Amino acid sequence: MTAMNTLKRIFAVLLLAPALALAAGGDVKLDRAPINPDDQASLQRGARHFVNYCLNCHSANFMRYNRLRDIGLTDQQILDNLVFTGAKVGDLMKISMDPKESKEWFGAAPPELSLIARSRSSHAGSGADWLYTYLRGYYRDAERPTGWNNTVYPNVGMPHVLWELQGEQVLSERKVQGAGFEKSEPVLKLDKPGTLTPVEYDQFVADLVNYLVFMSEPARARRETIGMFVLVALGLMFVLAYALKKEYWKDVH
Amino acid sequence: MAATPKEPVQFRGAGPLNAQISGVLTWVDQRFPLMSLWREHLAEYYAPKNFNFWYFFGSLALLVLVIQIVTGIFLVMHYKPSAAEAFASVEYIMRDVPGGWFIRYMHSTGASAFFVVVYLHMFRGLMYGSYRQPRELIWIFGMLIYLCLMAEAFFGYLLPWGQMSFWGAQVIVNLFDALPLIGPDLSTWIRGDFVISDATLNRFFAFHVIALPLVLLGLVAAHIMALHEVGSNNPDGVEIKEKKDAQGRPLDGIPFHPYYTVKDIVGVVVFLFLFFTVVFFAPEMGGYFLEYNNFIPADPLKTPAHIAPVWYFTPYYSILRAITEDFMLVLAIGVAAYVVLIWLTVRDARIKMAAAAIGLVVIVLMKGGPLAIEAKVWGVVMMGAATLIFFLLPWLDRSPVKSIRYKGTLSRTALTIFVINFIVLGYYGVQVVTPVGTVISQIGTLLYFAFFLLMPWYSAMDKTKPVPERVTM
Repeated sequence: MTAMNTLKRIFAVLLLAPALALAAGGDVKLDRAPINPDDQASLQRGARHFVNYCLNCHSANFMRYNRLRDIGLTDQQILDNLVFTGAKVGDLMKISMDPKESKEWFGAAPPELSLIARSRSSHAGSGADWLYTYLRGYYRDAERPTGWNNTVYPNVGMPHVLWELQGEQVLSERKVQGAGFEKSEPVLKLDKPGTLTPVEYDQFVADLVNYLVFMSEPARARRETIGMFVLVALGLMFVLAYALKKEYWKDVH
Repeated sequence: MAATPKEPVQFRGAGPLNAQISGVLTWVDQRFPLMSLWREHLAEYYAPKNFNFWYFFGSLALLVLVIQIVTGIFLVMHYKPSAAEAFASVEYIMRDVPGGWFIRYMHSTGASAFFVVVYLHMFRGLMYGSYRQPRELIWIFGMLIYLCLMAEAFFGYLLPWGQMSFWGAQVIVNLFDALPLIGPDLSTWIRGDFVISDATLNRFFAFHVIALPLVLLGLVAAHIMALHEVGSNNPDGVEIKEKKDAQGRPLDGIPFHPYYTVKDIVGVVVFLFLFFTVVFFAPEMGGYFLEYNNFIPADPLKTPAHIAPVWYFTPYYSILRAITEDFMLVLAIGVAAYVVLIWLTVRDARIKMAAAAIGLVVIVLMKGGPLAIEAKVWGVVMMGAATLIFFLLPWLDRSPVKSIRYKGTLSRTALTIFVINFIVLGYYGVQVVTPVGTVISQIGTLLYFAFFLLMPWYSAMDKTKPVPERVTM
């Protein structure tokens, strides 16, 4: 039956449609974030970087401190090392900065970060890739009020908070041969080194991004573990269901 | 009270409690039509024995409906329908409610799964002519379910109160704004405010959790009752009730229970395997089931650069966007050509006159200078027409046979183009507007309507094959 075959092919296209849509990506080229959600040491370092460098201007209003138990910390460790505000261990990661004031200072209130790794996902790359490229994409720009600009987020409101660690980058352009035409590509060069080497800084950012990804969905690890059991159980059920069907249907001709 | 007492129910199971169970069933059956319902809809409902892969999706749609209702009940226990708290309450469900993430992902995946299943179910109907006489009402109830489902999905999508929730609702409600005269007042009335706000969220919540589910359940009951009244169609489009044995049972029929219950269980397990693969391993489904922008709380002051509806609405969204000012001439010519076609091929003078009169009015409203309605309004009209035109299918199909198996090249080609076109329109509906995309959507819009409007001609002209007396396995 050729019509059936055509229809089956259409059905296959229907299943592939999301992949086709994915192929039409955005214009930002993002680096792949070298993160590992199972690396607890990395997540713990990331949590420390987060409370030290981010959690003063940014809040994480949906994240409780004691959820950090999921990355191998005890309540006491959390209170001793990560809570600086007198918050209780079950409290949400709120900040005391008034969004109205921060809007006046930076032009926009710093976004809430609980979900940033999910909301920054796009068809160009995962939210982790975006954050990883973004936090390594700051460069000196005298024309911006903060003195900083960013390749991933042009005219960003946030100054380069991690400049002491990374040092100062400058932007130049490089001509590359495109498909039949020449185009220029932005190139970042380290002008003044920071306290970390470039390799150490990349690791620092990767740890931070790893943590941000964890924080965007703390249940993710459990979800995937349970998922394996559910699929195995359904696989076994399929065998039983199929055998039952075969048994009942053997007299239908 | 002279009703004849019913026969006692004889329960014959494998266990030791047959007498006790029989007693309980007899007690119930004498007060409620338990056994007659059981026989009518399951044990003695004769379904054709040649159902294939495409016949799984009806029972699967029912399963997804149950999943949505049950998970929905648990979500409502923790969700706060207020603009100030909605987004945070969803994150509370995702993080603090035990198992909350599981319930929420089942519900969000279930919404998309519902449309996957329903689109495949409708495609089955298109292939095998399940809408043809005597099943017109089943088809109409089904289409009402589909419309109800779209409304349900639309109202539900506002509830997480993310950026896409907010701006998606904004775009759709603003469509009503385009209508002449009543537009602005109508859209304000729908929102309950001049912008999408707390008032809108509350009324959408009411529609989503009670009004539409009630309608949906009623329609599903009507759909199934109508089906069981006339009996199921099958891939051959043969009426099994025409060939019966001495006891009056269709020769090609088998009792729904146990044959199709055990078969549907296999379908359910396979479906759940795919469903839970998404729930546990890809709940965002690459941004198509949960849009990335919806992880940002709604901000009325920040319009997202690209507002895309969820995938199941995108074919219609493409049609909406395809209707531009310079496309109106093409549409007007299309209407004129259609009137000429009717004029040349239909004998009935009244139909000719009616077609000419209606055609003239439509052309004037499309391209009649000062009398013309703007393209934006036509976009809304065409989008509405694209969903409603399915209702006419039973009367548009003039083929002497029901099933695609015995239809000829014309009908097969038409259905193939329609399905490909539907997917292409869906694809362009998620993309940013480009000149090429608009032209393709416009061609797609013409093809979409041509499938339906030209059906009376091509389905009648088509060379069909002889239909067998009995079903083929």
